[in-house]
Amino acid sequence: MAAFKNSLGLRAGLLSLLIFVAIVGIWQIATMPTAGTGPAMDPEYAKLVGAAAATGSKSAMPTPADIGATIWHHLLDPFYIRGSNDKGIGIQLAYSLGRVLLGFGLAALVAVPLGFLIGMSPLVYRALDPFIQILKPVSPLAWMPLALYTIKDSAISSIFVIFICSVWPMLINTAFGVGSVRKEWLNVARTLEVGPFRTAFKVILPAAAPTIMTGMRISVGIAWLVIVAAEMLVGGTGIGYFVWNEWNNLSIANIVTAILLIGLVGLLLDQGLAYLAKLVTYPE
Amino acid sequence: MEHRPLISIEGLARRFGDASQPAVFEDIWFGVDKGEFCCLIGHSGCGKTTILNVLAGLDSPSEGAVIVDNREIDGPSLDRAVIFQGHALLPWLTVMGNISFAVSSRWPSWDRAKVQEHARRFIDLVGLKGAEGKRPAQLSGGMKQRVGIARALSIQPKMLLMDEPFSALDALTRGMLQDEVLRICADTNQTVFMITHDVDEAILLADKIVLMTNGPGARIAEIVVNTMPRNERHRNDLHKHPQYYAIRNHLVEFLVNRSRAFDQEIAEHGYDPRRLKLVKPGLAAVNPPAEVVPLRHSS
Repeated sequence: MAAFKNSLGLRAGLLSLLIFVAIVGIWQIATMPTAGTGPAMDPEYAKLVGAAAATGSKSAMPTPADIGATIWHHLLDPFYIRGSNDKGIGIQLAYSLGRVLLGFGLAALVAVPLGFLIGMSPLVYRALDPFIQILKPVSPLAWMPLALYTIKDSAISSIFVIFICSVWPMLINTAFGVGSVRKEWLNVARTLEVGPFRTAFKVILPAAAPTIMTGMRISVGIAWLVIVAAEMLVGGTGIGYFVWNEWNNLSIANIVTAILLIGLVGLLLDQGLAYLAKLVTYPE
Repeated sequence: MEHRPLISIEGLARRFGDASQPAVFEDIWFGVDKGEFCCLIGHSGCGKTTILNVLAGLDSPSEGAVIVDNREIDGPSLDRAVIFQGHALLPWLTVMGNISFAVSSRWPSWDRAKVQEHARRFIDLVGLKGAEGKRPAQLSGGMKQRVGIARALSIQPKMLLMDEPFSALDALTRGMLQDEVLRICADTNQTVFMITHDVDEAILLADKIVLMTNGPGARIAEIVVNTMPRNERHRNDLHKHPQYYAIRNHLVEFLVNRSRAFDQEIAEHGYDPRRLKLVKPGLAAVNPPAEVVPLRHSS
């Protein structure tokens, strides 16, 4: 009993469980099939919903049990391919993840060296600042038509959109991290006659690494947000396309499953980068 | 040709902003001989740290030059190691990493084993054996400053520049580190230029104490020769030495009164910044007063 009182983690876990049970309970009650006549419903709408809902339940809104069954169904066979419009949810997630990692990786290759330059040179900082300030607040999806027109390939266009939304936080954080390296550390390098490249890699990079990693963590979060919307637009493959496709099928259970999986993958991406950030963080 | 000390500061002035701004200090002339321990003492804001930064090559003077080994300095050099006030260790490196970084900067061709072996010698020298793998955040203030000292010594510089290296430490740690610096400098015959505002620290460590007046327009008032021999200076019974109070009173008198009214002194007695008065207040205490030239104007 005393152990329970002292363990915040245990109590928080129990509270989480209670909240989960409450949500599922309310949801279950709200979506219970109504017995007898029930409320009058537009017969045409009822027909439409009845025809469209893959589950065949009375309400288009699935019960928690339906969701559970759907998730189980998806998890049993996540990687099947039955035609271009019927691929396993694992395949769709893999497409999205691949695009995000590719776009994010390309953005890192551009943003980190450029951020270094901006952080080290006040001239470059001032010269590039107006461009960054104007382009940074633009929704990445606004680039989509331009990308489609110039690249003429929807898959590469969505990668470009990920690139453009990932680049800003990394660029700004790298420049900030590099620009705010403690003067005394740079003075140490100067008094030891350390050359510019060795200073960059041995002093500035490790000093700025935690800030750079924070930028990467923000970037990957935004990229994962944007990919769903981008894939809804370009279609074809990916979890965003899957969601849109299931909306057209009016399969709410599949959409809810996708939402949960998108959240889970986003969490894993964030935790992965948090772990990497921890590796390069130093206590002062 | 006249004798030139190892470090010769010639006509140094520094002003921030354009030439119309008043100089922080101006017309600074003094030298530090090889093997000498020289302290610069003065109030905050008189430009002590700026002088040290110029010597280190981290800052450049508005006028004048610093000649080291008959060469005008024009930037930082491994010959002049700096011990920073705030230790300035790289927090992501271990003790060994911090010192190895300096060693491999000094001897880029050395392999890892040789660098570490050399670094270990200096870690042992400052008494940090066993702490090689620790990061600065795991060390106490005194230990961090020891690492800073080991890092500076490990590159075997021609001179050490120290900017109030012990000011952030508690009295006990400060005393221990002062003793060690005294021992190490004596063993290696190291040339040291140190900034301090601690009178006792200056008397304990320095062979020569350079007195700086208050800024703006700070100058070197005079140079006090510490006539107490090095082997007679011990922290615990320093105050029992017959010369101690004479030197100490002279320094305190300077810091309290003369440092801010030095212009008046110049008007009364004249002043040649190139030929500074060398005063030996310690000898006045042990010799009959009649033989000694008055050092201070009577008031």
